[in-house]
Amino acid sequence: MSMIAPTIGTNEEAYLSQVERVKRKSRLKSFFKGMLFLLPSIILFSVFVFYPMFQTIYLSFFLTNAQGATTVFVGWENYKALFVDPIFLKSVKNTFLFVFLTVPPTVIISFALAVIANEKLKGIGFFRTIFSSTMGVSVAAASVFWLYLFHPTMGLLNKILEAFGAGGIEWLTDPKWALLAVSMTTIWMNIGFTFLILLGGMQSIDSSLYESADIEGSGYFYKLRRITIPMLSPTFFFVITVSIIHSFQTFGQIDILTKGGPANETNLIVYSIYREAFVNYQFGSASAQAVVLFILILLMTALQFKLGERKVHYQ
Amino acid sequence: MLSTGKKLIFYVLLIISALLLAGPALMAIVMSFMTNQDILTGSLPTTFTFDNYIAAFERLPFLHFLFNSLIVSMLITLGQLTLSALAAYAFVFLEFKGRDFLFFLFIATMMVPFEASVIPNFHTIRNLGWIDSYAGLTVPFFATTFGTFLLRQNFKQIPKELREASLIAGMGDFRFFLSVVLPVSRTSLVTLGIYGFLTSWNMYLWPLLASTNETVRTIQIGLKQLQTQEQLNQWGVMMAGAVIVIIPTLLLLFLGQKKLQKGLTEGAVK
Repeated sequence: MSMIAPTIGTNEEAYLSQVERVKRKSRLKSFFKGMLFLLPSIILFSVFVFYPMFQTIYLSFFLTNAQGATTVFVGWENYKALFVDPIFLKSVKNTFLFVFLTVPPTVIISFALAVIANEKLKGIGFFRTIFSSTMGVSVAAASVFWLYLFHPTMGLLNKILEAFGAGGIEWLTDPKWALLAVSMTTIWMNIGFTFLILLGGMQSIDSSLYESADIEGSGYFYKLRRITIPMLSPTFFFVITVSIIHSFQTFGQIDILTKGGPANETNLIVYSIYREAFVNYQFGSASAQAVVLFILILLMTALQFKLGERKVHYQ
Repeated sequence: MLSTGKKLIFYVLLIISALLLAGPALMAIVMSFMTNQDILTGSLPTTFTFDNYIAAFERLPFLHFLFNSLIVSMLITLGQLTLSALAAYAFVFLEFKGRDFLFFLFIATMMVPFEASVIPNFHTIRNLGWIDSYAGLTVPFFATTFGTFLLRQNFKQIPKELREASLIAGMGDFRFFLSVVLPVSRTSLVTLGIYGFLTSWNMYLWPLLASTNETVRTIQIGLKQLQTQEQLNQWGVMMAGAVIVIIPTLLLLFLGQKKLQKGLTEGAVK
Protein backbone atom coordinates (compact mmCIF):
# COMPACT_ATOMS: atom_id res chain seq x y z
CA MET A 1 0.00 0.00 0.00
CA SER A 2 2.81 2.37 0.82
CA MET A 3 4.17 1.81 -2.67
CA ILE A 4 1.10 3.16 -4.39
CA ALA A 5 0.33 5.78 -1.79
CA PRO A 6 2.34 8.68 -3.30
CA THR A 7 0.67 8.38 -6.70
CA ILE A 8 -2.96 8.07 -5.70
CA GLY A 9 -3.17 10.08 -2.47
CA THR A 10 -6.79 11.15 -2.71
CA ASN A 11 -7.93 7.64 -3.47
CA GLU A 12 -6.13 6.40 -0.43
CA GLU A 13 -7.86 8.95 1.75
CA ALA A 14 -11.21 7.79 0.45
CA TYR A 15 -10.14 4.21 1.00
CA LEU A 16 -9.03 4.92 4.56
CA SER A 17 -12.23 6.72 5.46
CA GLN A 18 -14.10 3.79 3.97
CA VAL A 19 -12.10 1.42 6.17
CA GLU A 20 -12.72 3.69 9.12
CA ARG A 21 -16.46 3.62 8.48
CA VAL A 22 -16.56 -0.15 8.16
CA LYS A 23 -14.48 -0.48 11.30
CA ARG A 24 -16.74 1.86 13.21
CA LYS A 25 -19.76 -0.01 11.97
CA SER A 26 -18.38 -3.35 13.04
CA ARG A 27 -17.31 -1.89 16.35
CA LEU A 28 -20.82 -0.60 16.87
CA LYS A 29 -22.19 -3.96 15.86
CA SER A 30 -19.99 -5.86 18.29
CA PHE A 31 -20.86 -3.36 21.00
CA PHE A 32 -24.57 -4.00 20.48
CA LYS A 33 -24.00 -7.72 20.39
CA GLY A 34 -22.07 -7.58 23.64
CA MET A 35 -24.79 -5.49 25.22
CA LEU A 36 -27.43 -7.94 24.04
CA PHE A 37 -25.75 -10.70 26.03
CA LEU A 38 -25.12 -8.49 29.05
CA LEU A 39 -28.28 -6.41 29.11
CA PRO A 40 -30.44 -8.74 31.23
CA SER A 41 -27.83 -8.78 33.99
CA ILE A 42 -27.10 -5.07 33.71
CA ILE A 43 -30.78 -4.13 33.97
CA LEU A 44 -31.33 -6.31 37.03
CA PHE A 45 -28.14 -5.12 38.69
CA SER A 46 -29.17 -1.53 38.06
CA VAL A 47 -32.65 -2.01 39.50
CA PHE A 48 -31.82 -4.28 42.44
CA VAL A 49 -28.22 -3.40 43.35
CA PHE A 50 -27.08 0.03 42.17
CA TYR A 51 -30.32 1.97 42.40
CA PRO A 52 -31.03 0.65 45.92
CA MET A 53 -27.55 1.61 47.03
CA PHE A 54 -27.97 5.24 45.97
CA GLN A 55 -31.57 5.29 47.14
CA THR A 56 -30.48 4.04 50.57
CA ILE A 57 -27.96 6.86 50.83
CA TYR A 58 -30.62 9.33 49.67
CA LEU A 59 -33.24 8.07 52.13
CA SER A 60 -30.77 8.29 54.99
CA PHE A 61 -30.97 12.11 54.79
CA PHE A 62 -34.76 12.20 55.16
CA LEU A 63 -37.62 11.42 57.43
CA THR A 64 -40.24 9.23 55.79
CA ASN A 65 -43.85 8.30 56.25
CA ALA A 66 -44.97 4.70 56.83
CA GLN A 67 -45.10 4.10 53.07
CA GLY A 68 -41.45 5.05 52.74
CA ALA A 69 -42.03 8.35 50.92
CA THR A 70 -39.69 11.12 52.01
CA THR A 71 -41.29 13.87 54.09
CA VAL A 72 -38.64 16.12 55.67
CA PHE A 73 -35.02 16.63 54.67
CA VAL A 74 -32.95 16.34 57.84
CA GLY A 75 -29.38 16.30 56.53
CA TRP A 76 -27.02 14.43 58.80
CA GLU A 77 -29.54 14.26 61.67
CA ASN A 78 -30.27 10.54 61.21
CA TYR A 79 -26.56 9.80 61.45
CA LYS A 80 -26.04 12.11 64.41
CA ALA A 81 -28.92 10.43 66.20
CA LEU A 82 -27.45 6.98 65.48
CA PHE A 83 -24.08 7.74 66.96
CA VAL A 84 -25.54 8.81 70.27
CA ASP A 85 -28.12 6.05 70.33
CA PRO A 86 -26.92 3.50 72.90
CA ILE A 87 -28.98 0.74 71.26
CA PHE A 88 -27.41 1.25 67.86
CA LEU A 89 -23.92 1.56 69.31
CA LYS A 90 -24.47 -1.65 71.19
CA SER A 91 -25.66 -3.30 68.01
CA VAL A 92 -22.46 -2.28 66.17
CA LYS A 93 -20.30 -3.40 69.07
CA ASN A 94 -22.09 -6.73 69.33
CA THR A 95 -21.90 -7.27 65.58
CA PHE A 96 -18.11 -7.01 65.79
CA LEU A 97 -18.10 -9.25 68.84
CA PHE A 98 -20.25 -11.71 66.92
CA VAL A 99 -17.82 -11.72 63.98
CA PHE A 100 -15.01 -12.41 66.42
CA LEU A 101 -16.99 -15.18 68.15
CA THR A 102 -17.99 -16.93 64.93
CA VAL A 103 -15.31 -16.53 62.25
CA PRO A 104 -12.17 -17.90 63.97
CA PRO A 105 -13.94 -20.96 65.44
CA THR A 106 -15.67 -21.73 62.14
CA VAL A 107 -12.43 -21.58 60.18
CA ILE A 108 -10.40 -23.53 62.76
CA ILE A 109 -12.98 -26.30 63.19
CA SER A 110 -13.56 -26.56 59.45
CA PHE A 111 -9.82 -26.75 58.85
CA ALA A 112 -9.45 -29.55 61.40
CA LEU A 113 -12.31 -31.42 59.76
CA ALA A 114 -10.82 -30.90 56.30
CA VAL A 115 -7.47 -32.25 57.53
CA ILE A 116 -8.94 -35.49 58.82
CA ALA A 117 -11.28 -35.81 55.84
CA ASN A 118 -8.41 -35.38 53.38
CA GLU A 119 -6.89 -38.78 54.25
CA LYS A 120 -7.29 -41.53 51.71
CA LEU A 121 -9.34 -43.93 53.80
CA LYS A 122 -12.13 -46.32 53.00
CA GLY A 123 -15.52 -44.68 53.38
CA ILE A 124 -14.05 -41.17 53.53
CA GLY A 125 -16.66 -39.95 51.05
CA PHE A 126 -19.35 -40.64 53.64
CA PHE A 127 -17.62 -38.46 56.22
CA ARG A 128 -17.04 -35.68 53.71
CA THR A 129 -20.74 -35.69 52.97
CA ILE A 130 -21.64 -35.52 56.65
CA PHE A 131 -19.16 -32.70 57.30
CA SER A 132 -20.50 -30.59 54.46
CA SER A 133 -24.13 -31.39 55.27
CA THR A 134 -24.83 -28.33 57.42
CA MET A 135 -24.53 -26.32 54.22
CA GLY A 136 -27.84 -27.84 53.17
CA VAL A 137 -29.59 -26.94 56.42
CA SER A 138 -31.52 -23.70 56.15
CA VAL A 139 -31.24 -21.00 58.76
CA ALA A 140 -34.86 -21.57 59.79
CA ALA A 141 -34.38 -25.30 60.32
CA ALA A 142 -31.05 -24.86 62.09
CA SER A 143 -32.61 -22.31 64.42
CA VAL A 144 -35.42 -24.70 65.30
CA PHE A 145 -32.89 -27.46 66.12
CA TRP A 146 -30.90 -25.17 68.37
CA LEU A 147 -33.98 -23.61 69.90
CA TYR A 148 -34.63 -27.04 71.35
CA LEU A 149 -31.00 -27.68 72.29
CA PHE A 150 -30.97 -24.37 74.19
CA HIS A 151 -34.29 -24.98 75.94
CA PRO A 152 -33.69 -24.30 79.66
CA THR A 153 -35.44 -27.38 81.03
CA MET A 154 -35.86 -29.85 78.18
CA GLY A 155 -32.88 -28.88 76.03
CA LEU A 156 -30.07 -31.33 75.51
CA LEU A 157 -27.31 -28.87 76.42
CA ASN A 158 -28.64 -28.22 79.89
CA LYS A 159 -29.30 -31.93 80.39
CA ILE A 160 -25.65 -32.61 79.63
CA LEU A 161 -24.58 -29.82 81.99
CA GLU A 162 -26.81 -31.24 84.71
CA ALA A 163 -25.42 -34.72 84.17
CA PHE A 164 -22.02 -33.27 85.01
CA GLY A 165 -23.49 -31.64 88.08
CA ALA A 166 -23.37 -28.12 86.67
CA GLY A 167 -26.38 -25.86 86.84
CA GLY A 168 -28.46 -25.19 83.74
CA ILE A 169 -27.95 -22.04 81.69
CA GLU A 170 -30.69 -19.77 80.38
CA TRP A 171 -28.99 -19.81 77.00
CA LEU A 172 -31.31 -17.51 75.09
CA THR A 173 -32.65 -15.28 77.84
CA ASP A 174 -29.54 -14.60 79.89
CA PRO A 175 -27.78 -11.48 78.50
CA LYS A 176 -24.42 -13.07 79.30
CA TRP A 177 -25.07 -16.15 77.17
CA ALA A 178 -27.45 -15.16 74.37
CA LEU A 179 -24.88 -13.87 71.89
CA LEU A 180 -22.72 -16.92 72.52
CA ALA A 181 -25.70 -19.18 71.92
CA VAL A 182 -26.48 -17.49 68.63
CA SER A 183 -22.79 -17.75 67.74
CA MET A 184 -22.77 -21.49 68.41
CA THR A 185 -25.72 -21.96 66.08
CA THR A 186 -24.02 -19.85 63.42
CA ILE A 187 -20.71 -21.71 63.69
CA TRP A 188 -22.52 -25.02 63.26
CA MET A 189 -24.38 -23.71 60.22
CA ASN A 190 -21.28 -22.27 58.54
CA ILE A 191 -19.00 -25.27 59.02
CA GLY A 192 -20.45 -27.12 56.01
CA PHE A 193 -19.57 -24.48 53.43
CA THR A 194 -16.21 -23.57 54.96
CA PHE A 195 -15.23 -27.23 55.20
CA LEU A 196 -16.13 -27.86 51.57
CA ILE A 197 -14.03 -24.95 50.32
CA LEU A 198 -11.02 -25.82 52.50
CA LEU A 199 -11.15 -29.48 51.48
CA GLY A 200 -11.29 -28.43 47.83
CA GLY A 201 -8.25 -26.22 48.40
CA MET A 202 -6.35 -29.06 50.07
CA GLN A 203 -7.07 -31.45 47.26
CA SER A 204 -5.62 -29.09 44.72
CA ILE A 205 -2.25 -28.93 46.51
CA ASP A 206 0.40 -30.60 44.38
CA SER A 207 0.97 -34.09 45.85
CA SER A 208 4.62 -34.07 44.82
CA LEU A 209 5.26 -31.60 47.63
CA TYR A 210 4.17 -34.21 50.14
CA GLU A 211 6.09 -36.94 48.36
CA SER A 212 9.37 -35.06 48.56
CA ALA A 213 8.69 -34.27 52.21
CA ASP A 214 8.09 -37.98 52.78
CA ILE A 215 11.46 -38.80 51.22
CA GLU A 216 13.09 -36.39 53.65
CA GLY A 217 11.28 -38.22 56.42
CA SER A 218 9.21 -35.25 57.61
CA GLY A 219 6.57 -35.93 60.24
CA TYR A 220 2.83 -35.50 59.94
CA PHE A 221 2.55 -32.19 61.76
CA TYR A 222 5.65 -30.80 60.10
CA LYS A 223 4.01 -31.36 56.72
CA LEU A 224 0.80 -29.82 57.98
CA ARG A 225 2.59 -26.71 59.16
CA ARG A 226 5.09 -26.34 56.35
CA ILE A 227 3.10 -27.48 53.32
CA THR A 228 -0.64 -27.64 53.90
CA ILE A 229 -1.17 -24.36 55.74
CA PRO A 230 1.07 -22.17 53.53
CA MET A 231 -0.26 -23.69 50.32
CA LEU A 232 -3.78 -23.23 51.55
CA SER A 233 -3.35 -19.54 52.35
CA PRO A 234 -5.32 -18.22 49.33
CA THR A 235 -8.20 -20.49 50.31
CA PHE A 236 -7.99 -19.37 53.94
CA PHE A 237 -8.01 -15.81 52.75
CA PHE A 238 -11.16 -16.38 50.71
CA VAL A 239 -12.91 -18.32 53.43
CA ILE A 240 -12.16 -15.72 56.12
CA THR A 241 -13.35 -12.84 53.94
CA VAL A 242 -16.57 -14.62 53.04
CA SER A 243 -17.20 -15.66 56.65
CA ILE A 244 -16.73 -12.12 57.94
CA ILE A 245 -19.13 -10.73 55.37
CA HIS A 246 -21.64 -13.49 56.15
CA SER A 247 -21.44 -12.75 59.85
CA PHE A 248 -22.19 -9.09 59.22
CA GLN A 249 -25.30 -10.15 57.33
CA THR A 250 -26.72 -12.46 60.01
CA PHE A 251 -30.47 -12.23 60.33
CA GLY A 252 -32.50 -15.46 60.35
CA GLN A 253 -31.09 -17.10 63.47
CA ILE A 254 -31.64 -13.87 65.42
CA ASP A 255 -35.22 -13.58 64.21
CA ILE A 256 -36.09 -17.11 65.33
CA LEU A 257 -33.89 -17.61 68.38
CA THR A 258 -33.89 -14.32 70.28
CA LYS A 259 -35.62 -11.53 68.32
CA GLY A 260 -32.70 -9.31 69.22
CA GLY A 261 -33.09 -9.79 72.94
CA PRO A 262 -32.38 -10.10 75.82
CA ALA A 263 -31.72 -6.40 76.46
CA ASN A 264 -30.65 -5.97 72.79
CA GLU A 265 -27.69 -8.28 73.41
CA THR A 266 -28.25 -10.06 70.09
CA ASN A 267 -29.68 -7.10 68.18
CA LEU A 268 -27.10 -7.38 65.39
CA ILE A 269 -26.98 -4.71 62.73
CA VAL A 270 -29.12 -6.35 60.03
CA TYR A 271 -31.75 -7.24 62.59
CA SER A 272 -31.62 -3.67 63.86
CA ILE A 273 -32.16 -2.36 60.30
CA TYR A 274 -35.05 -4.75 59.82
CA ARG A 275 -36.70 -3.67 63.04
CA GLU A 276 -36.23 0.04 62.41
CA ALA A 277 -37.60 -0.23 58.85
CA PHE A 278 -40.26 -2.90 58.92
CA VAL A 279 -41.47 -2.76 62.51
CA ASN A 280 -41.03 0.93 63.39
CA TYR A 281 -41.36 2.22 59.79
CA GLN A 282 -38.46 4.63 60.31
CA PHE A 283 -37.05 4.16 56.82
CA GLY A 284 -34.78 7.20 57.02
CA SER A 285 -32.94 6.15 60.12
CA ALA A 286 -32.97 2.50 59.02
CA SER A 287 -31.30 3.62 55.77
CA ALA A 288 -28.64 5.43 57.75
CA GLN A 289 -27.96 2.16 59.57
CA ALA A 290 -27.81 0.35 56.24
CA VAL A 291 -25.24 2.86 55.00
CA VAL A 292 -23.16 2.15 58.10
CA LEU A 293 -23.43 -1.59 57.38
CA PHE A 294 -22.39 -1.01 53.79
CA ILE A 295 -19.36 1.02 54.84
CA LEU A 296 -18.38 -1.55 57.46
CA ILE A 297 -18.45 -4.38 54.94
CA LEU A 298 -16.56 -2.29 52.42
CA LEU A 299 -13.89 -1.46 55.00
CA MET A 300 -13.58 -5.08 56.12
CA THR A 301 -13.14 -6.26 52.54
CA ALA A 302 -10.57 -3.57 51.82
CA LEU A 303 -8.71 -4.32 55.03
CA GLN A 304 -8.79 -8.02 54.24
CA PHE A 305 -7.27 -7.45 50.84
CA LYS A 306 -4.60 -5.15 52.21
CA LEU A 307 -3.58 -7.43 55.05
CA GLY A 308 -4.20 -10.62 53.15
CA GLU A 309 -2.12 -9.78 50.12
CA ARG A 310 1.10 -9.64 52.05
CA LYS A 311 0.68 -12.92 53.86
CA VAL A 312 -0.99 -14.96 51.18
CA HIS A 313 1.10 -17.40 49.24
CA TYR A 314 -0.11 -17.72 45.67
CA GLN A 315 0.99 -20.70 43.62
CA MET B 1 0.25 -45.67 53.37
CA LEU B 2 -1.00 -45.24 56.87
CA SER B 3 -0.28 -47.79 59.55
CA THR B 4 -3.22 -49.56 61.17
CA GLY B 5 -2.76 -47.61 64.37
CA LYS B 6 -2.88 -44.28 62.61
CA LYS B 7 -5.87 -45.39 60.58
CA LEU B 8 -7.68 -46.21 63.78
CA ILE B 9 -6.96 -42.77 65.20
CA PHE B 10 -8.34 -41.13 62.06
CA TYR B 11 -11.47 -43.26 62.11
CA VAL B 12 -12.11 -42.45 65.76
CA LEU B 13 -11.69 -38.72 65.06
CA LEU B 14 -13.88 -38.93 61.97
CA ILE B 15 -16.67 -40.78 63.74
CA ILE B 16 -16.69 -38.45 66.76
CA SER B 17 -16.74 -35.36 64.54
CA ALA B 18 -19.46 -36.82 62.35
CA LEU B 19 -21.64 -37.58 65.36
CA LEU B 20 -21.16 -34.10 66.82
CA LEU B 21 -21.82 -32.37 63.54
CA ALA B 22 -24.78 -34.46 62.46
CA GLY B 23 -26.06 -34.54 66.06
CA PRO B 24 -28.61 -31.70 65.86
CA ALA B 25 -30.12 -33.00 62.61
CA LEU B 26 -30.18 -36.62 63.80
CA MET B 27 -31.82 -35.51 67.03
CA ALA B 28 -34.46 -33.63 65.04
CA ILE B 29 -35.20 -36.67 62.89
CA VAL B 30 -35.57 -38.93 65.92
CA MET B 31 -37.75 -36.41 67.74
CA SER B 32 -39.99 -35.95 64.73
CA PHE B 33 -41.06 -39.61 65.08
CA MET B 34 -41.51 -39.49 68.87
CA THR B 35 -44.72 -38.99 70.82
CA ASN B 36 -45.04 -35.73 72.67
CA GLN B 37 -45.11 -37.63 75.93
CA ASP B 38 -41.73 -39.24 75.30
CA ILE B 39 -40.23 -35.87 74.41
CA LEU B 40 -41.62 -34.11 77.47
CA THR B 41 -40.56 -36.79 79.90
CA GLY B 42 -37.15 -36.86 78.25
CA SER B 43 -37.23 -40.61 77.78
CA LEU B 44 -35.82 -42.51 74.84
CA PRO B 45 -38.37 -43.16 72.10
CA THR B 46 -40.79 -45.87 73.17
CA THR B 47 -43.19 -45.72 70.25
CA PHE B 48 -42.74 -44.74 66.63
CA THR B 49 -45.33 -42.34 65.26
CA PHE B 50 -46.10 -40.26 62.17
CA ASP B 51 -48.47 -38.05 64.15
CA ASN B 52 -46.08 -35.09 64.16
CA TYR B 53 -45.88 -35.04 60.37
CA ILE B 54 -49.65 -35.35 60.06
CA ALA B 55 -50.07 -32.52 62.56
CA ALA B 56 -47.59 -30.30 60.73
CA PHE B 57 -49.42 -30.75 57.42
CA GLU B 58 -52.80 -30.23 59.07
CA ARG B 59 -51.95 -27.13 61.01
CA LEU B 60 -50.52 -25.20 58.09
CA PRO B 61 -50.72 -25.53 54.30
CA PHE B 62 -47.24 -27.06 54.37
CA LEU B 63 -47.72 -28.82 51.05
CA HIS B 64 -48.57 -25.51 49.43
CA PHE B 65 -45.50 -23.88 51.03
CA LEU B 66 -43.34 -26.72 49.71
CA PHE B 67 -44.75 -26.18 46.25
CA ASN B 68 -44.05 -22.43 46.52
CA SER B 69 -40.48 -23.07 47.58
CA LEU B 70 -40.02 -25.45 44.68
CA ILE B 71 -41.35 -22.93 42.16
CA VAL B 72 -39.34 -20.06 43.61
CA SER B 73 -36.10 -22.04 43.77
CA MET B 74 -36.51 -23.42 40.26
CA LEU B 75 -37.29 -19.99 38.81
CA ILE B 76 -34.27 -18.43 40.50
CA THR B 77 -32.02 -21.29 39.40
CA LEU B 78 -33.18 -21.04 35.79
CA GLY B 79 -32.91 -17.25 35.81
CA GLN B 80 -29.41 -17.34 37.26
CA LEU B 81 -28.23 -19.97 34.79
CA THR B 82 -29.59 -18.05 31.81
CA LEU B 83 -28.34 -14.61 32.81
CA SER B 84 -24.91 -15.67 34.01
CA ALA B 85 -24.31 -17.88 30.98
CA LEU B 86 -25.18 -14.99 28.65
CA ALA B 87 -23.01 -12.54 30.58
CA ALA B 88 -20.11 -14.97 30.87
CA TYR B 89 -20.24 -15.55 27.12
CA ALA B 90 -19.94 -11.83 26.45
CA PHE B 91 -16.99 -11.50 28.82
CA VAL B 92 -15.13 -14.43 27.29
CA PHE B 93 -15.91 -14.39 23.58
CA LEU B 94 -17.03 -10.92 22.60
CA GLU B 95 -14.73 -7.96 22.32
CA PHE B 96 -16.25 -4.53 22.45
CA LYS B 97 -15.70 -1.12 23.88
CA GLY B 98 -16.66 -0.75 27.53
CA ARG B 99 -16.32 -4.44 28.31
CA ASP B 100 -13.70 -3.89 30.99
CA PHE B 101 -15.80 -1.20 32.57
CA LEU B 102 -18.81 -3.55 32.69
CA PHE B 103 -16.63 -6.26 34.17
CA PHE B 104 -15.63 -3.84 36.89
CA LEU B 105 -19.30 -3.04 37.42
CA PHE B 106 -20.04 -6.73 37.96
CA ILE B 107 -17.28 -6.91 40.57
CA ALA B 108 -18.69 -3.80 42.25
CA THR B 109 -22.02 -5.53 42.83
CA MET B 110 -20.28 -7.95 45.17
CA MET B 111 -19.47 -5.04 47.46
CA VAL B 112 -23.14 -4.21 47.99
CA PRO B 113 -24.68 -6.56 50.54
CA PHE B 114 -28.29 -7.38 49.76
CA GLU B 115 -29.19 -6.79 53.40
CA ALA B 116 -28.07 -3.17 53.13
CA SER B 117 -30.26 -2.46 50.13
CA VAL B 118 -33.33 -4.28 51.30
CA ILE B 119 -35.38 -1.14 51.99
CA PRO B 120 -35.44 0.35 48.46
CA ASN B 121 -35.82 -3.16 47.04
CA PHE B 122 -38.88 -3.69 49.16
CA HIS B 123 -40.33 -0.40 47.90
CA THR B 124 -39.50 -1.28 44.29
CA ILE B 125 -41.26 -4.62 44.55
CA ARG B 126 -44.23 -2.99 46.23
CA ASN B 127 -44.47 -0.26 43.57
CA LEU B 128 -44.33 -2.92 40.86
CA GLY B 129 -47.23 -4.66 42.59
CA TRP B 130 -45.01 -7.71 43.09
CA ILE B 131 -45.62 -8.28 46.80
CA ASP B 132 -47.09 -11.77 47.24
CA SER B 133 -46.07 -12.81 43.75
CA TYR B 134 -43.48 -15.27 42.44
CA ALA B 135 -41.91 -12.44 40.43
CA GLY B 136 -41.22 -10.45 43.58
CA LEU B 137 -39.58 -13.43 45.24
CA THR B 138 -37.41 -14.42 42.30
CA VAL B 139 -36.52 -11.65 39.83
CA PRO B 140 -34.23 -9.66 42.19
CA PHE B 141 -31.91 -12.69 42.36
CA PHE B 142 -31.60 -13.55 38.67
CA ALA B 143 -28.39 -11.62 38.04
CA THR B 144 -25.38 -12.98 39.94
CA THR B 145 -21.75 -12.05 39.76
CA PHE B 146 -20.72 -15.31 41.40
CA GLY B 147 -22.48 -17.33 38.70
CA THR B 148 -21.08 -15.18 35.92
CA PHE B 149 -17.53 -15.61 37.23
CA LEU B 150 -17.93 -19.34 37.73
CA LEU B 151 -19.11 -19.85 34.15
CA ARG B 152 -16.60 -17.36 32.77
CA GLN B 153 -13.83 -19.46 34.31
CA ASN B 154 -15.23 -22.47 32.49
CA PHE B 155 -15.96 -20.82 29.14
CA LYS B 156 -12.36 -19.58 29.04
CA GLN B 157 -11.22 -23.16 28.55
CA ILE B 158 -13.11 -23.40 25.27
CA PRO B 159 -10.67 -22.64 22.43
CA LYS B 160 -11.36 -19.33 20.70
CA GLU B 161 -10.61 -20.99 17.35
CA LEU B 162 -13.77 -23.00 17.79
CA ARG B 163 -15.79 -19.81 17.69
CA GLU B 164 -13.93 -18.45 14.69
CA ALA B 165 -14.52 -21.69 12.81
CA SER B 166 -18.21 -21.60 13.66
CA LEU B 167 -18.50 -17.99 12.57
CA ILE B 168 -16.83 -18.79 9.26
CA ALA B 169 -19.22 -21.72 8.87
CA GLY B 170 -21.98 -19.15 9.09
CA MET B 171 -23.03 -19.86 12.66
CA GLY B 172 -24.00 -16.74 14.59
CA ASP B 173 -22.83 -16.03 18.12
CA PHE B 174 -26.14 -17.05 19.61
CA ARG B 175 -26.19 -20.38 17.76
CA PHE B 176 -22.59 -21.02 18.82
CA PHE B 177 -23.54 -20.18 22.41
CA LEU B 178 -26.49 -22.57 22.39
CA SER B 179 -25.10 -25.47 20.44
CA VAL B 180 -21.43 -25.49 21.49
CA VAL B 181 -20.69 -23.47 24.61
CA LEU B 182 -23.61 -24.59 26.76
CA PRO B 183 -23.30 -28.35 26.05
CA VAL B 184 -19.54 -28.25 26.63
CA SER B 185 -20.01 -26.52 30.00
CA ARG B 186 -22.70 -28.87 31.28
CA THR B 187 -20.81 -29.68 34.48
CA SER B 188 -20.38 -26.07 35.55
CA LEU B 189 -23.98 -25.32 34.72
CA VAL B 190 -25.10 -28.21 36.92
CA THR B 191 -22.81 -27.00 39.72
CA LEU B 192 -24.17 -23.49 39.53
CA GLY B 193 -27.69 -24.90 39.33
CA ILE B 194 -27.23 -26.93 42.51
CA TYR B 195 -25.73 -23.95 44.31
CA GLY B 196 -28.48 -21.63 43.12
CA PHE B 197 -31.20 -24.03 44.16
CA LEU B 198 -29.64 -24.59 47.60
CA THR B 199 -29.29 -20.90 48.36
CA SER B 200 -32.73 -19.94 47.10
CA TRP B 201 -34.46 -22.80 48.91
CA ASN B 202 -32.82 -21.62 52.14
CA MET B 203 -33.49 -17.91 51.67
CA TYR B 204 -35.08 -16.26 54.67
CA LEU B 205 -35.04 -12.45 54.94
CA TRP B 206 -36.44 -11.62 51.51
CA PRO B 207 -39.35 -14.12 51.49
CA LEU B 208 -40.21 -12.85 54.97
CA LEU B 209 -40.54 -9.31 53.61
CA ALA B 210 -41.97 -9.98 50.17
CA SER B 211 -44.80 -12.29 51.19
CA THR B 212 -47.55 -11.09 53.48
CA ASN B 213 -49.96 -14.01 53.17
CA GLU B 214 -49.93 -17.68 52.34
CA THR B 215 -50.26 -17.48 48.54
CA VAL B 216 -46.55 -17.49 47.72
CA ARG B 217 -45.11 -18.03 51.22
CA THR B 218 -42.10 -20.34 51.14
CA ILE B 219 -41.52 -23.31 53.41
CA GLN B 220 -38.83 -21.48 55.42
CA ILE B 221 -41.29 -18.81 56.49
CA GLY B 222 -43.87 -21.56 57.00
CA LEU B 223 -41.51 -23.15 59.50
CA LYS B 224 -41.13 -19.87 61.35
CA GLN B 225 -44.92 -19.55 61.36
CA LEU B 226 -45.20 -23.06 62.79
CA GLN B 227 -42.66 -22.18 65.44
CA THR B 228 -44.40 -18.98 66.55
CA GLN B 229 -47.84 -20.59 66.45
CA GLU B 230 -46.93 -23.73 68.33
CA GLN B 231 -47.37 -23.94 72.05
CA LEU B 232 -43.92 -24.41 73.43
CA ASN B 233 -44.51 -28.04 74.15
CA GLN B 234 -45.11 -29.28 70.63
CA TRP B 235 -41.48 -29.98 69.81
CA GLY B 236 -42.23 -33.09 67.78
CA VAL B 237 -44.36 -31.13 65.31
CA MET B 238 -41.73 -28.42 64.96
CA MET B 239 -38.99 -30.97 64.34
CA ALA B 240 -41.19 -32.68 61.75
CA GLY B 241 -41.55 -29.32 60.01
CA ALA B 242 -37.81 -28.70 60.14
CA VAL B 243 -37.06 -32.18 58.76
CA ILE B 244 -39.43 -31.58 55.84
CA VAL B 245 -37.60 -28.32 55.13
CA ILE B 246 -34.11 -29.83 55.01
CA ILE B 247 -34.79 -33.08 53.13
CA PRO B 248 -34.73 -31.63 49.57
CA THR B 249 -31.54 -29.64 50.10
CA LEU B 250 -29.76 -32.47 51.90
CA LEU B 251 -30.60 -34.86 49.06
CA LEU B 252 -29.32 -32.36 46.54
CA LEU B 253 -26.16 -31.84 48.57
CA PHE B 254 -25.52 -35.57 48.89
CA LEU B 255 -25.89 -36.01 45.15
CA GLY B 256 -23.89 -32.95 44.13
CA GLN B 257 -21.30 -32.59 46.90
CA LYS B 258 -18.30 -33.48 44.70
CA LYS B 259 -19.38 -31.14 41.91
CA LEU B 260 -20.09 -28.33 44.35
CA GLN B 261 -16.74 -28.70 46.03
CA LYS B 262 -14.92 -28.53 42.73
CA GLY B 263 -17.01 -25.70 41.33
CA LEU B 264 -16.94 -23.55 44.45
CA THR B 265 -13.20 -23.96 44.93
CA GLU B 266 -12.55 -22.99 41.33
CA GLY B 267 -14.82 -19.99 41.60
CA ALA B 268 -13.29 -19.07 44.92
CA VAL B 269 -9.58 -19.26 44.48
CA LYS B 270 -8.91 -18.31 40.89
